[in-house]
Amino acid sequence: MSVTILFLGPLRDLAGRQEIEVDAPLDWAGLLAAVGPEVAEQLEQKRVNVACRGRVRADKRALLAEDGDEVALLPPVSGG
Amino acid sequence: MARLSLSTPLDVRLLDKGMSVGEALAAFNATHAEAGGIATFLGKVRPDGEVRALELSHYEPLTLAGMEELAGNARERFDLDGVLVWHRVGVMVPGEAIVLIAAAARHRRSAFEAADFLMDHLKSAAWFWKRERRADGWHWIEPRPEDHEDRERWK
Repeated sequence: MSVTILFLGPLRDLAGRQEIEVDAPLDWAGLLAAVGPEVAEQLEQKRVNVACRGRVRADKRALLAEDGDEVALLPPVSGG
Repeated sequence: MARLSLSTPLDVRLLDKGMSVGEALAAFNATHAEAGGIATFLGKVRPDGEVRALELSHYEPLTLAGMEELAGNARERFDLDGVLVWHRVGVMVPGEAIVLIAAAARHRRSAFEAADFLMDHLKSAAWFWKRERRADGWHWIEPRPEDHEDRERWK
């Protein structure tokens, strides 16, 4: 049973892929371990957000993703 | 010719192909016949010499919902009759349209301010990631401090 982790924007290049599947459930420590040291370092920064089930988490460290959930890693945006 | 039909009061779209600016504004004008004025802004890929292409990516579950919320906030804050927010995603070349904003209001000041407010938020608070292709490959664009300062003005 799995959780999909999605790498958005520049994190995709850093991770070297668009998404990975990991075992559910997934918490913050599990996420940091799953994404590799480079992305984990980015995740520790305040400016990187985490969404779960299509909602941005107010406290990303309290993440608890369950089977079938999609966790999106969101670096700082640059639109318009 | 059938006219483009817009949702009211908010018409918010993500487009993965070209943007038909004239058609959008004609429809917006017709849709908001009671407005005293309409302010519009068209953002384009700047022909900067080095830049050959620009790519905008987004995250489906967040990006459109965020734009809709922003348009709703603008409508309430500036007492608008209607708002149009269209944003491109995908690959664009210099000179191509990226974003089209239109705000219809009873009076011009609200329309101008709403367009400004919408752009400041789209630049630094909407879920888009931008990269440019130059001669040596693709480069991700970091948000600029000015973009955040622009947004702070509305707090």
